[in-house]
Amino acid sequence: MIFAYFLGMCSFIAVSKNVKTAFGLGVAVTFMLVVTLPVNYLLQTYVLSAGALSWLGPEYADVDLSFLSLIMFIAVIASMTQLVEMTVEKYSPALYSSLGIFLPLIAVNCAILGGSLFMQQRDFPSVWTAVCAGGGWGLGWLLAITAIAAIRERLATYSNIPKPLRGVGITFILTALMGIAFMSFLGIKI
Amino acid sequence: MADKIKAKEVLFNPLSKNNPVVVQILGICSVLAVTAKLEPSIVMGVSVIAVLAFANVIISLLRNTIPTNIRIIVQLVVVAGLVVIVDQVLKAYAYDASKQLSVFIGLIITNCILMGRLEAFAMANKPWPSFLDGVGNGIGYAVILVIVGFFRELLGSGTLLGYQVIPQSFYNAGYVNNGLMILPPMALILVACIIWVQRSYNKDLQED
Repeated sequence: MIFAYFLGMCSFIAVSKNVKTAFGLGVAVTFMLVVTLPVNYLLQTYVLSAGALSWLGPEYADVDLSFLSLIMFIAVIASMTQLVEMTVEKYSPALYSSLGIFLPLIAVNCAILGGSLFMQQRDFPSVWTAVCAGGGWGLGWLLAITAIAAIRERLATYSNIPKPLRGVGITFILTALMGIAFMSFLGIKI
Repeated sequence: MADKIKAKEVLFNPLSKNNPVVVQILGICSVLAVTAKLEPSIVMGVSVIAVLAFANVIISLLRNTIPTNIRIIVQLVVVAGLVVIVDQVLKAYAYDASKQLSVFIGLIITNCILMGRLEAFAMANKPWPSFLDGVGNGIGYAVILVIVGFFRELLGSGTLLGYQVIPQSFYNAGYVNNGLMILPPMALILVACIIWVQRSYNKDLQED
């Protein structure tokens, strides 16, 4: 998600100062993706796409609700985030306090909505594909943010960056370099 | 008098001192994705200004009636509604631009600038300052988009807004378009350069 589509950048750059918080956020994003993608997929297939409502009765076969998809997806994501927050708070207070503010912030992580929109664009064949895509995208995001956090932690000791570039500026350049490196994967066909 | 000065600050700070992209680090994803050419950058910038200004006003009007634990959902729904309207307007009047922007118009909903400003400003301030804040931040964001889009299109395709700018004689002499500029990582490096320039002038923005 990060190095190919460049989604989820804001929290990626803002949160990657140390590895522990980066990893925690990555886990949270993965979890949200795995949960919201199948729900949005079912919504998309049975309610939103053209002709989707035909299971209610043949007179509904002309109804095309896809203009509502943005609002529905966002509503699902926001409610899921709220639900997950309440569940985590009840069943695992330690995890809740270590994630802190990041849990509600995931609702606006572009990667989550981006995942649902890509799923809509690409017409996934089944719920299981949606779950796997969520897991894969989430894990990719997790790896990317943990890698950058690991590099940033070491930067202060090993390098002498010009003052105006310190902190955010160098993170941008690092992400750009890693992105260029990842482009080498574009030509691989499995 | 104090109100007037404050309004000026609210409107002009986000242009440089408190710029949403290079200082607050918000809205990065779209800067990378839409700035390959100048025209989508401008369209995106204008859309965000519109959505941000009106969302700020609406949330500011509602701020005393939203219960705390569902405020994120309310904010998201308001923004989503506005984005759907903008999306339909773009599809009607600027179809080519909207095709190029594809999912990123939808992603304005999750554009961190919106949530960030709604949380930080609109929830605590009156409608008129919120409107100014929305416009100011939108313009700050649009300025960065236009700068990055300008360089990426000029150096990456030799055109600006579709018009060939680099004369053919340069190409004949051996100049080649910088293909890397069309790819998103270059946008990151361009933003880093903007940050470098800005922080060299404003020493108080530098971090350690």
